[in-house]
Amino acid sequence: MFQFIFKKLMLVVPTFIGITLLTFTLIRLIPGDPIEVMAGERGVSPERHAQLRAELGLDQPLLIQYKDYVVNIFHGDLGKSLITKTPVMEEFASLFPATVELATCAALFAVLVGLPAGIIAAVKRGSIFDHSVMTFSLTGYSMPIFWWALLLMLVFSVNLGWTPVSGRLDVTYWIDEVTGFMLIDTLLSGEEGAFASALHHLVLPSIVLGTIPMAVIARMTRSSMLEVLSEDYIRTARSKGMAPLRVIVVHALRNALIPVITVIGLQVGILLSGAILTETIFAWPGIGKWLIESIARRDYPVVQGGIMMVATIIIVVNLIVDILYGVVNPRIRHNK
Amino acid sequence: MALLEVNTLSVEFGDGPNPFRAVDQVSYSVEKGEVVGIVGESGSGKSVSSLSIMGLIEYPGHVKAEGLTFDGQDLLSMPVKKRRALTGADIAMIFQEPMSSLNPCYTVEFQITEALKIHQGGSKKWRRERAIELLEQVGIPDPTSRLKAYPHQLSGGMSQRVMIAMAIACDPKLLIADEPTTALDVTIQAQIVDLLLELQREKNMGLVLITHDLALVAEAADRVIVMYAGQVVETGPAEEIFSTPRHPYTQALLRSLPESSQGKERLEALPGVVPGAFDRPKGCMLAPRCPYASERCQREVPMVSGDSLRQVRCFTPLDLQGKPAA
Repeated sequence: MFQFIFKKLMLVVPTFIGITLLTFTLIRLIPGDPIEVMAGERGVSPERHAQLRAELGLDQPLLIQYKDYVVNIFHGDLGKSLITKTPVMEEFASLFPATVELATCAALFAVLVGLPAGIIAAVKRGSIFDHSVMTFSLTGYSMPIFWWALLLMLVFSVNLGWTPVSGRLDVTYWIDEVTGFMLIDTLLSGEEGAFASALHHLVLPSIVLGTIPMAVIARMTRSSMLEVLSEDYIRTARSKGMAPLRVIVVHALRNALIPVITVIGLQVGILLSGAILTETIFAWPGIGKWLIESIARRDYPVVQGGIMMVATIIIVVNLIVDILYGVVNPRIRHNK
Repeated sequence: MALLEVNTLSVEFGDGPNPFRAVDQVSYSVEKGEVVGIVGESGSGKSVSSLSIMGLIEYPGHVKAEGLTFDGQDLLSMPVKKRRALTGADIAMIFQEPMSSLNPCYTVEFQITEALKIHQGGSKKWRRERAIELLEQVGIPDPTSRLKAYPHQLSGGMSQRVMIAMAIACDPKLLIADEPTTALDVTIQAQIVDLLLELQREKNMGLVLITHDLALVAEAADRVIVMYAGQVVETGPAEEIFSTPRHPYTQALLRSLPESSQGKERLEALPGVVPGAFDRPKGCMLAPRCPYASERCQREVPMVSGDSLRQVRCFTPLDLQGKPAA
């Protein structure tokens, strides 16, 4: 087990080198620099511009800048935001719970809807339910997030007025930040209606963000389930005279879940990248919105550090999925 | 009264006006404690007919029969729940591919005790002890530690032994073995067959042995049913079938054994293949391949003739010399 994890971790090293190189170069390829953006339309004199560049360390040769960046990473320092002057780590930590909350709810939506839909579609293959699930998931998968978000907003927020348009909480509430998770904080605050309001605000963004993963999970579950249902051991299970539900839940599902778990793990990447669009549309104060804004401000350290953190999370989650895979699948557990 | 009575059983696949008949009006019976061998080429409906007895035919398959009784109970008219209570308890089945017939995600213990849990209940401790006992019965060494094994840690022969332990867990009155040795090594084959026959004698079970291994049937079965293209073409006591086959198909099967071609350059073979869904002949199913086929065989479907001990489906059954009757 230890060896397995170690091997996986060694594979991560080149990935990280790639990430640092890519973010470092790409953000600098975008025209304009942080000082010009800060100065805005008023502009800034060339002398002052040069002075500020020197203060921010942007006058150094790129190689030196890159070296400093990497050395600092090894010291656990992702640098300070050029604009707010707060450490990137600190900003990340304060915004991350909002993204986690949204991504978790989206993932829950995706799994709780996608998994049963896929199972029922497979068991009742060829039925109207099967066809509708497959059509709906194909549509959901192909739908651009921003358009889907606006569509839902228009119907449920604007026309029907069921859900708020944006934000995490009604402005009438003021909640002390304890954990950063609005659902928990509102419960802790004990303020009446605050929790309901937080939940209300979560519905649309979660559905929007969870739609693609939901579609992927539903399709994957269905095809995996169909394959398993035609296996010999399912016939054996049925020959024992057990109820059909037990055959499906105990004998088929466990085997069908093996590939589905991998797919669910891969969705974490989609959730975090999808969060960038979703958070921007719903004015959700999380990592995605923060990254988009820092790109607009040419806030180099924030973009570099933020992407590094997001990549780390995706890698860690995939590692956990690999380990979980062995828990579900005894064949892998014993072959280590 | 016979343990199992199958009366004009048909299994059809597909809807519409022309469904495919995989099993075509098959009738036979199995007595208590009797070993019945069902032989025939691949695609002759051996497995499908036994799956239908187990109630394991799924949509789009349909099972029809004038009668399907087990131990005096009508299997087709009984409620689904009652039938499930019989399946796996009083009628059990083992399959062709032991390696893929065990669920890879669960231990041997889980899979054996599951049948006990469903049909007999009992405490967890009792089920565990019973599982050890069963593994001992099927000749698995060190059964206590084997309980924790997963199927991928077992060899083919071991897997089939576990399958047998599972099948006999609830002391079935009838055991159907669907080509139990096909996927195994020759040396293991003999062991598994010996084990099955030993258990059959010990528990006085009815045993239906489906196989295309004629030598195995000759050795083990009391009675033999020969199937071709979904139909029973000949039934009778094993010795008679092997000494004096009355159906040309049975004769051809026996002639294709290497033993009957000793001293010859080539093995005898029956040319052609079993007709599939789209090339069913109009008359006798064997007519296109039969060396004795007459014009009548091409046109008309022969009916089963003979007494209850010896039946044959042919217009001109073979005589003692192996020549068609005039």
